[in-house]
Amino acid sequence: MKHGTFLTFVAPSLLAMILLIVFPVVSVIIQSFHAQHEQVIEMVESCGPFGCSETATINQEATEALREAEPLGRFVGFDNYVNRGHLAFAELGEAWRSSDTWGEWWTKVMNLPFYSAIVFTLTFTFIVTPLTIALGFAIAVAVNASVQKIRGPLIFISLLPFIINPIVGSLVLFWMVDARGILGQLIQWIAADPDLSVKASTPMMWIMLMVYGIWHSAPFAFVVFYAGLQTINQDTNEAAMIDGANRWQRVRYVTIPHIMPLVTFVALIQLMDNFRVFEPLISFSAEAHAQSLSTYILSDLTGETVLYNSAAATSMLTVICVGILLFPVLVRTWRDFKRA
Amino acid sequence: MSHSPTHRRLPGTLQFLLTTFLVVWLVMAAVPFLWTLWGSFKVEGDFFSKADWTNALTGELTIAETGGAFTGQGYYGAWVQEEFWRAVMNSAIVCFFVVTISLTCSTLAGYALSRSTYNYAFWLLIAALIFRAMPPITLVSGYLLPFFEWNLWGHLSTTIIVLVAINQPFSLWMMTSFFRNIPKDLDESAMVDGCNRFQAFRHVILPVMWPGVITTGLFSFLLAYNDFAVTALLLDKENQTMIPKIASFLGTTQTKGNVMFAVAAVISATAPLFVLIMFFQRQIVSGLTAGAVKG
Amino acid sequence: MTKFTKLMGATALSVVGATAAFADGHGCAAEGRLSIIGNEFPAIQSVAAKALECSGIEGESNLTADHQSLNVPGMTGDPAEYTTAIVANSSIVALMNEDVIQPLDALVAEYGADIPDHMKISVNGEIMAIAFMANAQHLVYREDILEQAGLDVPTSYEEVLAAAEAIRSQGILDNPLGGAYAAGWNLAQEFNNMYLGHGGEFFEPGTAKVAINNEQGVATLEMMKALSEYMNPDFLTHDSNATSAEWEAGNVALMNMWGSRTGVLMDDEGSAEEVYSNTKVSGPLMVGDSGVPATTLWWDGWTVAKNISDEDAAATFQAMAHGVSSGLLNDETMGQAVWLIDGFEPQEVNEGVLATVAAGAKPYPMVPFQGLLHTALGNELSDFMQGNESAEQALADVEAAYTAAAIEAGFVTE
Repeated sequence: MKHGTFLTFVAPSLLAMILLIVFPVVSVIIQSFHAQHEQVIEMVESCGPFGCSETATINQEATEALREAEPLGRFVGFDNYVNRGHLAFAELGEAWRSSDTWGEWWTKVMNLPFYSAIVFTLTFTFIVTPLTIALGFAIAVAVNASVQKIRGPLIFISLLPFIINPIVGSLVLFWMVDARGILGQLIQWIAADPDLSVKASTPMMWIMLMVYGIWHSAPFAFVVFYAGLQTINQDTNEAAMIDGANRWQRVRYVTIPHIMPLVTFVALIQLMDNFRVFEPLISFSAEAHAQSLSTYILSDLTGETVLYNSAAATSMLTVICVGILLFPVLVRTWRDFKRA
Repeated sequence: MSHSPTHRRLPGTLQFLLTTFLVVWLVMAAVPFLWTLWGSFKVEGDFFSKADWTNALTGELTIAETGGAFTGQGYYGAWVQEEFWRAVMNSAIVCFFVVTISLTCSTLAGYALSRSTYNYAFWLLIAALIFRAMPPITLVSGYLLPFFEWNLWGHLSTTIIVLVAINQPFSLWMMTSFFRNIPKDLDESAMVDGCNRFQAFRHVILPVMWPGVITTGLFSFLLAYNDFAVTALLLDKENQTMIPKIASFLGTTQTKGNVMFAVAAVISATAPLFVLIMFFQRQIVSGLTAGAVKG
Repeated sequence: MTKFTKLMGATALSVVGATAAFADGHGCAAEGRLSIIGNEFPAIQSVAAKALECSGIEGESNLTADHQSLNVPGMTGDPAEYTTAIVANSSIVALMNEDVIQPLDALVAEYGADIPDHMKISVNGEIMAIAFMANAQHLVYREDILEQAGLDVPTSYEEVLAAAEAIRSQGILDNPLGGAYAAGWNLAQEFNNMYLGHGGEFFEPGTAKVAINNEQGVATLEMMKALSEYMNPDFLTHDSNATSAEWEAGNVALMNMWGSRTGVLMDDEGSAEEVYSNTKVSGPLMVGDSGVPATTLWWDGWTVAKNISDEDAAATFQAMAHGVSSGLLNDETMGQAVWLIDGFEPQEVNEGVLATVAAGAKPYPMVPFQGLLHTALGNELSDFMQGNESAEQALADVEAAYTAAAIEAGFVTE
């Protein structure tokens, strides 16, 4: 296709993305290398309904001058990336020197907020993604094996967890697993422990978040795989059958190779979405037990004092991590593209 | 489940296992909805049943407070008192325009990307994908200052454009792989016959692209319908969409919300999706089958 | 606080006169723009509605839970989208730090003759906000359960612990204590309360250097931990909403709760008769021997944006002054808050907040970097509460997290 024609076709889409994604991303990159100006603090008397007291405040005139000189703030290079809130190189080194055992070192690393967030995020991503694919595939096979007439309702019900709003869906689940809720009671009954509470234990909270993650995305994997199963070449299948392939061999050598590109597609989307896991942590009030990179960014952005530079650095680290995760998929896509 | 003709030879045990598995899955998929639907007709004390979970079934407090085992208070509060219908209208406007604009852009761009053999087409797609990894909350908090400055904040149209942009990478990716599965010979032979690119697109591609468009459209719709990060921060209280409105029913650390309004609103907000999925489930499957996910 | 306490005594006497004087309503007329951003709770809704009544103004309001994310960007532009932001003593500092609100002295002199001095919030001699309501956390208790267990109403956290043990050992309730201990803002707030109650200071005097890793800090965490043993095991997910719900379900006998919430707990909706009719409030709890109550005082008030025309500023000021004038108070609004407005008649639910003011509790610090410490506390304390690390380690983590944030924000240099 000619360059000009190509440009005309992609122009609207490109324009929207440049204005609302590329520019903000560039600004995020710039912000991540800056910090706020030094604030000139002075002690003054402040009064209100509860009396007067000596408090600190910012001297605006003095700070104004600094602000005018450098509107973006202080340039700090990679400081935001390596401070304790992010990659924490100094703290890592210190932990390494002062630890006698691996366990001790690990405890110290997990005590750093960025690392504990990334460990949860990665665990979530790498447990939820394959299980979503497996469950989705199993549902697709089961639905595909059922009678034609009832497939409609089956697809419909199976899609429900996917269409519900993630915040709302996880909130409903959160209500149900309360120690006195219906699911919470069920879990206590199964575990034969009347004091068991999912919300009070970190491992249970992680499991619940992952169960929610799988429940929510399995329908997406299902519908993609189900569509894929419809296009399996019946001749190949029959031929395999005539050759004496048993059911398992047919699945192994006909169905799975046919589905493989779809697995790549689902894995790609799921890796990205799971890496940005956000809503269930909010709805489950999971802050005490699990922090993901996205909720970590949120906590920088919603305090009384917004830490935009820190949030920018965490966001860039998120993008870099996603880039690394997707690298194998991207290489594959590049090969496909060159072949086409 | 009885035996279908193509699977006549399915062994009994396997059939049994598959059926059991399917039933378990269906229960898991449907029960939270049924539970919420049932609970939406109760009062808060019963819905959360902190005293005894069976109250949620029998509605003890609902009877004590309203006289009947079921009450429409939640719905009345959400729809009449809190004017949830305004949020529904706003959501409808946002979804309609997001889907239309998003599909127009991504269909054109996806077609071009699938037909271009230059490397930049590939890199454009990859760049879009990587940008999709940027957490939306960071993007949105970056929008606030310029939007307030240029007086763009708080309008439905701004929100629509933002959602379209955020949604572009995914739609582009879907549409591109969909068009890749439409043989190039189709439009190229039309061009040999004297059509230019646009005519070829209009006369040859347009008629056969609908399954892919519908599927991509449904995904865009779900994104716009379910969005919280963008709509919560970019819209005024006056033109809020459904999800932020529901969140506002839930209250904050400073106020007790009316949780039952939220529960009723959740059911109300999910109902249109049920209808939609019921109508379009065949198209989703056929759209995906037709190529969007062939790889 | 003396002014305010005096006011409370005075209003009791002057109620009749005051309401009569203002009953026919002030006229309010001004030319210009009014655009309010603020939180969404009922008291603020009432103030905004009253302000928008003003004739001649072009007014709108955006009252939302996300107001804190919106107020600074919305007031930074020129002209500012919002002409006034309703804030609390914690959140006004963000607006002052960014220099987006203006001193109100000239406007007060011209249009604010009726505004009593105790409503004026001044910093360095300049009036920056007009406060209209007060709030505080204080003890809420179940009269019947204390009676059944043969206990007096506790006045200190030490007594609360003893009472909790008594209630539990007598088999009345398994988890007799409640508390908004949800990780994040709530947990940090409980730390602030308890730390002030132990007589602690958050920062080295005159600087932004944090200093909480000390004896008081450790004592604070140990007390919180001891209390949490008597709470529902899910306490780290319980914000004030969930804690109130526990209360209404009748599972809790004692808790430290916001005064603004007690109205809901004492009305007949959402709980059984024996719960709401036995719900009583009392003053703040003490801890240790510092003599300072383990709680903080809060006000909510309004500000005027800097980047707006003088005409709009004047209109906004007049409308908001009207919004918080005595005309606001009627049967419906009276119980919504502890109003600082002349003519307020304290209700039964307000006794806790008034007792807290009278007991000499400290206000939540109006300090530019307090918010950063609050966030750091909220993020770092839950490990300790779950028993995963020592109090000293938790406090060291808080200090490190705060310092990293304060360096980035420019408050501390390395």
